[in-house]
Amino acid sequence: MSLSAQDIERIAHLARIRVTPDEVGQVQAKLEGIFKLIDDMQSVNTKGVEPMSHGLDMVLRLRDDAVTEKNDRENLQRNAPQAAEGYFLVPKVIE
Amino acid sequence: MSQWEIVIGLETHVQLTTASKIFSGASTAFGAEPNTQASIVDLAMPGALPVMNKGAAERAVKFGLAIGANINRRSIFARKNYFYPDLPKGYQISQFETPIVQGGGLTITLVDGTTKFIELTRAHLEEDAGKSVHDQFDRESGVDLNRAGTPLLEIVTEPVMRSAKEAIAYAKALHGLVRYLDICDGNMQEGSFRCDVNVSVRKPGEPFGTRREIKNLNSFKFMQQAIDYEVRWQIEQIEDGKKIVQATVLFNPDTGETRAMRTKEDAMDYRYFPDPDLPPLVIDDAMFDRIKAAMPELPEAKCARFQSEFKLPEYDARLLSLDSATAKYFEDAVKSGADAKLVANWIIGELSATLNREEKTIEQSPVSAEQLASVVARISDGTISNKIAKTVFESLWNGDGKTADDVIAAKGLKQISDVGAIEKIVEEVLAKSAAQIADYKSGKEKALMSIVGMVMKASAGKANPAQVNEIIKKKLG
Repeated sequence: MSLSAQDIERIAHLARIRVTPDEVGQVQAKLEGIFKLIDDMQSVNTKGVEPMSHGLDMVLRLRDDAVTEKNDRENLQRNAPQAAEGYFLVPKVIE
Repeated sequence: MSQWEIVIGLETHVQLTTASKIFSGASTAFGAEPNTQASIVDLAMPGALPVMNKGAAERAVKFGLAIGANINRRSIFARKNYFYPDLPKGYQISQFETPIVQGGGLTITLVDGTTKFIELTRAHLEEDAGKSVHDQFDRESGVDLNRAGTPLLEIVTEPVMRSAKEAIAYAKALHGLVRYLDICDGNMQEGSFRCDVNVSVRKPGEPFGTRREIKNLNSFKFMQQAIDYEVRWQIEQIEDGKKIVQATVLFNPDTGETRAMRTKEDAMDYRYFPDPDLPPLVIDDAMFDRIKAAMPELPEAKCARFQSEFKLPEYDARLLSLDSATAKYFEDAVKSGADAKLVANWIIGELSATLNREEKTIEQSPVSAEQLASVVARISDGTISNKIAKTVFESLWNGDGKTADDVIAAKGLKQISDVGAIEKIVEEVLAKSAAQIADYKSGKEKALMSIVGMVMKASAGKANPAQVNEIIKKKLG
């Protein structure tokens, strides 16, 4: 599969990663390498093999529905760049 | 307008009634101080891993069983990726390819009595996002992550509804059902039950038109207004020769209009993939059987039983079985020994009217089922008339007395059935009613009614009206 420069820009936007125009070619080559890897894997014959959603053959462990966490706001907000009145503060976002 | 057909599908976010979050042990209680119920998992601290809440899985299975759906005994959690400050992980844990519930449906009854089966596509488990506040700070938005990680069941219908009426009937039926099952508190103001409505229009027989999705409607009234507006807008666009562009729209309750939030061109690509932190959710036989055995009686079954067990007319049975709280209130009152039909009349009539007026739910009723039963019992045994019973009910509502008997004794409301006492009042009234007596004797039946009225008034409503009638007739021979 080959990717266009436009594809690269769109993927970068979705991932919120800044890719400068000079970097596009480099990223494009790397991503195409990954797609090549996927192509190789897809050429393996998996007929009759049940698809797995996870690498490990495990099932989800369930916990009982009980409140086990206490209010730890003061501690948990210590690494927030900005907080006030109990809120985490972020640059104004209005949709 | 009539040549256009409306096509509607609903996606409803139902907040499950678990005490803790879907992937963390933080509380889900509503209304706490910001970020006091946000754990390291909800805040997406590095290395914090989700652990699934069994209660959320059980509630989803319960819902699936109630609507006759296929329960996927093995379902997969996926990451839905997008960026927003109230979603600290950068993805929402949801279910994509293999949801826990698939298919099934529910029957809705429209106002004109017709019924329709609404097919469901699926219902999947996911976590809620946090909340952002934009007006509390000058230059920043505030983020409260108390709601982040609250378990939701997203219930999706096929595009099978053909009018706003059907959509609302469905939303109400679903609202009733999830409360019945006790998997959601149904509180729409607090956002426990939120509807997204997909609307398109087409000429009958043609393929589906392009749809627009109205987001986050949290009242049935707004849903009606939003659909009506959206349908009119879409038809006008098409008739003006314009195309509908797929979009997400918001309803503004102040203007009654819908407004596009984002169109498909800049729509998100959520890049769903199985969440590596969460292996498949498996509902084993033991868990499945336990949930199945504990299923409550559903509204349809309850309605049928009320008709057979209590000999109620279908109309009464349906109204009383619409929600579990009302059904319980009714059954509690009957258990206290009151006549079922009279109790039904009082719940549907006086109690509902008073609750509506005072904006209370039946759970908040100051008059308990046992208290209502005590009122009804005193009507049945002739102690009070229906009219006096309303006064007694009102007193109980206002907290004057614990039982009907208290109120009757304290206010001297006992019906006068003693012939001598009634005769005395009748004689007093007749002595002052020469004109009415003359009218009655000349054949005017109405005059009798007016004399009865005066006697009832003189007895402060306590005389037994049937006896009053009889005594007056006898006296006037």
